Parts: sequence; structure tokens; C-alpha cells
Amino acid sequence: MTQIELRGVQKFFGAVQVIKDLNLKIDDNEFIVLLGQSGCGKTTTLRAIAGLETIDGGDVLIDGKPVQHLKAADRDIAMVFQSFSLYPHMSVYENIAFPLRATRKSTAEIDGEVRSVAKVLQITDLLGKKPSALSGGDMQRVAMGRALVRRPKAMLMDEPIGALDAKLREEMRAEIKRLHIKQGSTTIYVTHDQIEAMSLADRIVIMHEGVLQQVGSPSEVYTRPANLFVAQFVGSPVMNVANAAVTMNGSGARVAVDGAAEGFLFPAELVGQLDAANVGQDRLALGIRPEGVMVSREAADGYLPVEAHIIEPLGSYDIVDLKVGTQMLRARTRSGFVGKPGAQVFAKLDPAQAHFFDTTSGKSLGVRL
Amino acid sequence: MAAVTTSTERSLNKLAIVGVLIVTMIFLAPIYWIASTAFKPRNLATTIPPTVVFQPEISPFVKLFTKRSQLRTAPTPEQYAAAPWWERLVFDGGEKVVRSGRGEVQWSGYPSRFMNSLIVAITSTILAVGMGTFTAYGFSRFKIKGEQDLLFFILSTRMLPPVVVAIPMFLMYRAVGLNDTHWGLIILYTAFNLSFSVWLMKGFMDEIPKEYEEAALVDGYTRMEAFFKIVLPEAATGIAATAVFCFITAWNEYAFALIMTNRRAQTAPPFIPSQVGSGLPDWTVIAAGTFLFLLPVAIFTFLLRNHLLRGMSFGAIRK
Repeated sequence: MTQIELRGVQKFFGAVQVIKDLNLKIDDNEFIVLLGQSGCGKTTTLRAIAGLETIDGGDVLIDGKPVQHLKAADRDIAMVFQSFSLYPHMSVYENIAFPLRATRKSTAEIDGEVRSVAKVLQITDLLGKKPSALSGGDMQRVAMGRALVRRPKAMLMDEPIGALDAKLREEMRAEIKRLHIKQGSTTIYVTHDQIEAMSLADRIVIMHEGVLQQVGSPSEVYTRPANLFVAQFVGSPVMNVANAAVTMNGSGARVAVDGAAEGFLFPAELVGQLDAANVGQDRLALGIRPEGVMVSREAADGYLPVEAHIIEPLGSYDIVDLKVGTQMLRARTRSGFVGKPGAQVFAKLDPAQAHFFDTTSGKSLGVRL
Repeated sequence: MAAVTTSTERSLNKLAIVGVLIVTMIFLAPIYWIASTAFKPRNLATTIPPTVVFQPEISPFVKLFTKRSQLRTAPTPEQYAAAPWWERLVFDGGEKVVRSGRGEVQWSGYPSRFMNSLIVAITSTILAVGMGTFTAYGFSRFKIKGEQDLLFFILSTRMLPPVVVAIPMFLMYRAVGLNDTHWGLIILYTAFNLSFSVWLMKGFMDEIPKEYEEAALVDGYTRMEAFFKIVLPEAATGIAATAVFCFITAWNEYAFALIMTNRRAQTAPPFIPSQVGSGLPDWTVIAAGTFLFLLPVAIFTFLLRNHLLRGMSFGAIRK
């Protein structure tokens, strides 16, 4: 049972504050992914938990006990580095045995544990080799083995598959997930790759410029982004965001993006929800993912005529840039649905997938239709 | 590299090999000269043109290690018959190995000078490399106030030609009783090599990724343990290269050894030339002394050659 908690953690590098008042509670056996761009403080947070970085304020608690004054060695935490950090002068066996040799275990015990971990990771035949003789994937497995062998309270991983090529990354992603399910230990995983985060995490923690932006399950952060940063950082292709004006028109509301003569039709309750949020028209932004932009080849009720600009065929689907007013809305369509650039098509926004943001604060207005 | 080489490239390659051979011969010629003279009989050492083919003998080494003098007359047949084989070698050359009044063979000054050289060079190398490694690690891994200034200060000790401070050093050493002692020279050479060792090791330490130690720290080791178990083995190449350079400097040092020592702690460099001046110089003996003096550095460098080759390029690439 390992819970990790961060309470009001602050960290400065000189005058730059890299972690700003971070609060986070991680449950036992949970797989947490810290997601953000490089320089957002996610790695520093991980290193602070590991004890490789001191913090300038707040508490790091493991199982309720503050550990910020403990050395890394005394926190009983294992870490996998992006560079794997396998000791080059030791064999794979010695690398995996190394954390156990710091304890008072007998040689026979160490041998047994090294071999059982090697078996789980399917690297038994590599035990005699030196790290320099291994492929990237095998190095990764050995690094995982070295972290797992001690049965630590928690596993920390700093972009552990970032150095691998795309195909291997996918393989190792599945393997990490399989291992987590099998071994079941509290895991904190740092990455800048949102696909990695979505596929691995129980909960994703999104950070930006040292500030925690949102914590939630992959589907939560995808379908209910808390702010513009999360909305545009999570999801590929990125969410369309445009300044929008909302007007009442008969039975429904009309949402016109910047420069568009005509607005998309929305349910009337939108106006009420926006009024409740109390945001002026000039600060209103509409966000909608490409799959929320519905495209039709024929005119239909609620569809507006738009012009297709660029078509990106991605195999299983196409991404089509539609010109609406002065804005481009990217829509996701079936492969080959829109014939060629310049074609006239009709578009409609799915109100259930629309998000509204306050452009000043960036916060989501929480509109749900 | 292209698998297909043109004929021009091939002849260029051959030319390069010939060039390298010529340069190598030029460099090896003096060493061959010393080595061959060390094994020549005395009467062949100074012939013109030089004798290239001769029956090698070890009488120069016997003479090197023992006190000796010229015989007034040739040894009597009884004397010759009673002499051990190595004394006969010297008799054959027209000289006599001198025994004391009690008939004991006396050592010459050379063995003790050679031992002094070994003691001083090895100890000062261990000290300079050891302290240099720790210092470089500190500079490489920790934020130190005024790091650049401190490093520059360390380097600045090399900016004066050392001989400039020889006289003040001599006076200071005499005042504290360090002149003509092993420790005197050891301290001197350690201080002299330390700046070099710190700078060279800093380059190597910077090359060792921090993550190795961090992995060890997370794996349950203290920083000291991580240093000894991870950093030192990784730095072995750099340590070897630094040790070779420090050893060569300490082993070859002449000026301070000449000024600071005269008998008890005198090293081989000032001793060997001093033999040239005593009477008619026996070049075979001097060559033998020089030849032996060359060996430790050659052996040490040879043993560490792999580290050295890797080390030269390893430390040279700075991020």
C-alpha cells in the first residue's frame, strides 16, 4: 500500500519558479502520468518525489509521512530514466542485482530475485551481456528490471520510452501496461507524448509552466478539458478554437465564429448557461474537436455551406480544413469523403462536443449541452 | 568508408605508411642508440663509424650497480679465477670491481637513486590523481560559488615556469627541513601535478552522465558509495590517462630534484648526468643507467595504452 501526496510543493531554479504550489494525491496502485511540454516542471516534480531534487516549500508525503528531508536512498522508490542509465561496466545481471546489493540480502536470495524478474521481463538470456551489446528495447527491459527487482514502494518513470523508435515505443507501451497490471505498484510516469499518456494512465496530470492544469482520467481530460491549454494539448489533431459570438435566433442559439456571416445552430439553453457563466461576448471562445465538426456533401437542415481548403489523408480518416469566416475549422471525415480542395461542402457543429472558454482566463465555462 | 578504393587512393595510402615508418624511425633512433650502447663493451661505445654488430654484454649494468675503479695492472690469474662471473665481465673490459677493505661488494649510487625516483614518482602520482579525482568530481557535480574563478586559480599555478620559484622554494624547504627528503619532493611534485590532474579529470567527470549516480542514489546507495561503485569505474580511463601524464612529469623532473636533493632523496635524473663529469666518462654505463631509467615509463604507458588511446579522445570532446 503506497500513497504519495504532494502538498503545496514549490521549487525554484534561481529566480525561476519551476513548480508552483503543486497539490496532488496519488492512490495505491494507481498509474499516474504527468503530461506537459518540456520545461513544464513535470520531470522536476518526479525528481522531487525521488529525492534527487530538493524542494523549496511544501511537503512530499509517502504513506502519510513527510519525506522531503530523506535521502533518495531512504525513500524506497525506484526510478527508470530516459537514458536508461544502465551501468556500462556491469553485466545485465549485475545491473539488476545492484539495488539488492545495497540491502543485506544473501547472494542466493539476490540470485533468485534477479532470475525471477528476468523471467517476467523475458531477458533471462541477456543476463551475461553488457548493456552496450543490447538493443534499445532490451535496455529498456533491463532498466525496468532494475527498478522492479527491489519491489519498491513506487515506480517513477521519466520518459522511459522516449528514446526508442516509434514501433518499439508502441510495443514497450503495451509491455509497461501489462507489467503494471501484473506487478501492481504505484507508478508515476512522465511524458510529453499525449498518446502515451492517454493509453497508459489511470489518471493524467497535465502541467504547464509549473502549474497543475487538470487531473483526471484520460476520457475526462479529453472530453472535459478544464481550460484552453488542456483542450489544445490533449488530442490529435488538436481541437479547433475560435473566438465566437452567440446570438438568439428564434427557437435556438446561433454561434458564429470570427468573421463568419452566419452562425451554427445550437440549443437555446446555451444562452442561459453562458449568462450564468457571466462572460462577455468579446471574451468567448468556442472549442470543438475535429470529430465534432460534421460534414455533409448536400445541404441539410442546420448545415452551413463552407469551402474545403486542405485535405490531409491519414489512411483511416481524413482531416479536412474548412473555411468558416476568417477561421479554419478542421473536420474529421471518412477517407475520401471530400473529393478535392476547393469543393463546397456543408458543416454543422455537434453541440454535445462543443466547449466554451473564457479567453482572458483560459478557463472552461463548463457548458454542457 | 567507400568499399571501392581507386588506385590513386591506394598509392596515397602506401605513401602515408612509408611516411609514418620514416617518422617512427627518426623517433626511435635515439632510443635504439641508448639501448645498444647499454649492451656494448666499452671499447666499442665510441668507435667511428659506430659499431652496429657486436657481442652484447651486461658489464655496463654490473658497473652501473657497483662502485668500481680502473685497475693499475691487469688482474692476477688467481684474482681472475676467484672472481664471480659478473666481476670477470668487468675484468675483461680492463676494469676492476672495487670491494671494501672487508672484501664486500659495494653498491654504486644508482640503485638508491632509482628507488628514490620510483618512491617519489609513484607516491606523488597516487596523491595527485587521487586528490585531482575528488576535486574534479566536486567541481563537476556540485554548484560551487565562484567555480570558474577557482578553476582558473588552480590552473594559474601552472602559468609560471616552475624554475622561477625554485630558489624561494629551496629556502623555504631548508627552513622547514624538507630539503633532501622524499616527502619534500613528493609534496612538490603532487602540488605541481595537481592542477593538471584536476583539469584533466574534470573533463572526464563531465563526460560521465549524472544519471548513473542518480540511478545508484535511488537504488539505495549513498553518494560516497555511488562515487566508488559507479563513478570511479566509469572514470578508469581518465584516471589512467591522468596517471600516465603525472607519472611521466614526476619521473622526468630534473630542475627541482637537482636543487632540492643531493644524496638521501636524490632521484635518477640529476644523478645520471653527474656521472658524466667524474673522470673519463664511461658511456656504456651512462647508457645503461639511462636505458633502465626509460623502462618504468615505457612499461607503465604500455600497460595503460588502451585506456590512454581512448582517454585522449574521450576527454577531448567537451559538450
